[in-house]
Amino acid sequence: MTEKKKSNELQSYWSGNRELRRRWAKLRRNKAALFGGVLILIYLFTALFGPILYPGNPSAPNLIRSLETPSRQHPLGTDELGRSILGRIVHGSRVSLLIAIGVVSLGLLLGVPLGLVSGYYGGKVDFGIQRITDTMLAFPGFLLALALVAVLGVGLKNTVISVGISMVPIYIRLVRGCVLSVREQVYVEAARALGTRDVAILMRHILPNVMVPITVQTSLGMGTAILFAAGLGFLGVGVQPPTPEWGAMLGSGRAYLFHAPHVATFPGIAIFLAVLGFNLSGDGLREALDPRFKL
Amino acid sequence: MRPEPLLSIRNLRTRFKTYEGMVTAVDRLSLDVHRGETLGVVGESGCGKSVTALSILRLLPSPPAEIQGEILFEGTNILDLTPDRIRQIRGNAISIIFQEPLTSLNPVLTIGEQISEAIRLHQGVTRQEAWKRAVEMLELVQIPSPDARAHEYPHQLSGGMRQRAMIAMALSCRPQLLLADEPTTALDVTIQAQIIDLMVRLKEEFRTSIVLITHNLGLIAGMARRVVVMYLGKMVEEAPVKDLFREPLHPYTQGLLESIPWIGQKLKTGKRLLREIPGIVPNPLEMPEGCRFHPRCPRVMEVCRKEEPPLKELNGGRKVLCWLWN
Repeated sequence: MTEKKKSNELQSYWSGNRELRRRWAKLRRNKAALFGGVLILIYLFTALFGPILYPGNPSAPNLIRSLETPSRQHPLGTDELGRSILGRIVHGSRVSLLIAIGVVSLGLLLGVPLGLVSGYYGGKVDFGIQRITDTMLAFPGFLLALALVAVLGVGLKNTVISVGISMVPIYIRLVRGCVLSVREQVYVEAARALGTRDVAILMRHILPNVMVPITVQTSLGMGTAILFAAGLGFLGVGVQPPTPEWGAMLGSGRAYLFHAPHVATFPGIAIFLAVLGFNLSGDGLREALDPRFKL
Repeated sequence: MRPEPLLSIRNLRTRFKTYEGMVTAVDRLSLDVHRGETLGVVGESGCGKSVTALSILRLLPSPPAEIQGEILFEGTNILDLTPDRIRQIRGNAISIIFQEPLTSLNPVLTIGEQISEAIRLHQGVTRQEAWKRAVEMLELVQIPSPDARAHEYPHQLSGGMRQRAMIAMALSCRPQLLLADEPTTALDVTIQAQIIDLMVRLKEEFRTSIVLITHNLGLIAGMARRVVVMYLGKMVEEAPVKDLFREPLHPYTQGLLESIPWIGQKLKTGKRLLREIPGIVPNPLEMPEGCRFHPRCPRVMEVCRKEEPPLKELNGGRKVLCWLWN
């Protein structure tokens, strides 16, 4: 009897995951998404273990060796202060990952609850939240981040805060839109008919049903966050030197674009690959998870 | 003297504010549900059956809904309760089953999680205990291998099984009153019969009163003891089920019964013809004056066009809203 029960449970376990496995298979078949995933893995690996693999202070100047072309000792050459560009890119990946995670967390932490409340309760609450969102979305995203930096000041923390806040309205809109359709589902009314509290309906019944678009947006948002932070760094209002930051490296390399193009090129490629990775895998996730793209 | 009814609705009026004006979905409805009784509520689509059920549990968002009158449940007016109190009644003392078993279950939670959530809401038991009871409930509604099924998601169950799971969830806290809003409409005929058997059995076992809302007269004949017929938000007739089928008093009820086909019936000739009720249900924004049924009534009289008939109480617990009986 127990053996039979066990086999039953096992069977239901596998059939329960059939959907998940099918979607995973679909994601794997998508070559672009797979490539994006590989890029993200390389990026994460670099950010986590890079400083161990490439020890030393990436910010210590060595003026004798400034603006050297790629060599065995410095595979990607050196910048105007003689610092290894590879070393700075490797250490900079950690900075950009930190920013991306901070930005997306801030966006999720503020955007998701506000979107849930706005969509679920509707009425005056919704009206208030949506007008604020409208106002924020009226600015191009980067301009909003720039304006916030102008108010808050430069630096790593303020970069995270300003880029993060500029992303909040995107999450609010996304989540609200999904909640509007989910809250009309019969199972939400059924939950209410059973006496479930509003908070429990939101957290247990609505939130899990809007996780797919949130997941996709999170992946795409990581790419955007890296790009925005690099943009601020490039303009000199983001993370400040000597901290190795890709955007700032690009910005300082600009002056030597004609006689030492590698100084600006390599950080640019790093930004490009990291953002590409998040965008490709975000699109792949959307295709694999969105039921409208079903086989 | 009969004992006090479990649920007593007095002059219930549910209206919705729309851009075109106020729409009255339920108009001065009064009915009683006694303990252990199954009351059938029949009528065409849009006659206010479901709105009545949703009004009882106060599930209609307000605005746009406006509810007036009294809904007395064990003597207390549900319409006066605080949101917290009404939440304690929902799913606990009064449960509802919706007509779409396919969409009434949350696709991202397992069956067991959903049923045990209902139990934990009202019974204050531990997670494990609630899960155990959820599995017991699944067994009670005759779902095979309930242990394994509890771990499954709604999309892995058939329509009939999902409706069984819904019944299990609705009855998990042993409610005194079950509102069944077209519980079998979305199911195959054979599955319908099984679900009805199940509901009849559980009703006896749990001593639950049922308000059975349907447009399926066969279902009413099989389950209910008393029937209320509704037309355009009004109760037009109330009668014990046998009397209603033997001798319908209101022309609308007569029309409803004549429009049921049965096997062996000749469609063109013969003693009884299969007939439809002529015309369509009027727009609720432009209610006809006088009796609401008069534009479609085969026995319309002059008085019907001008004045609304009063509800006439007849012998044998029958009520009818028609000038023919006044």
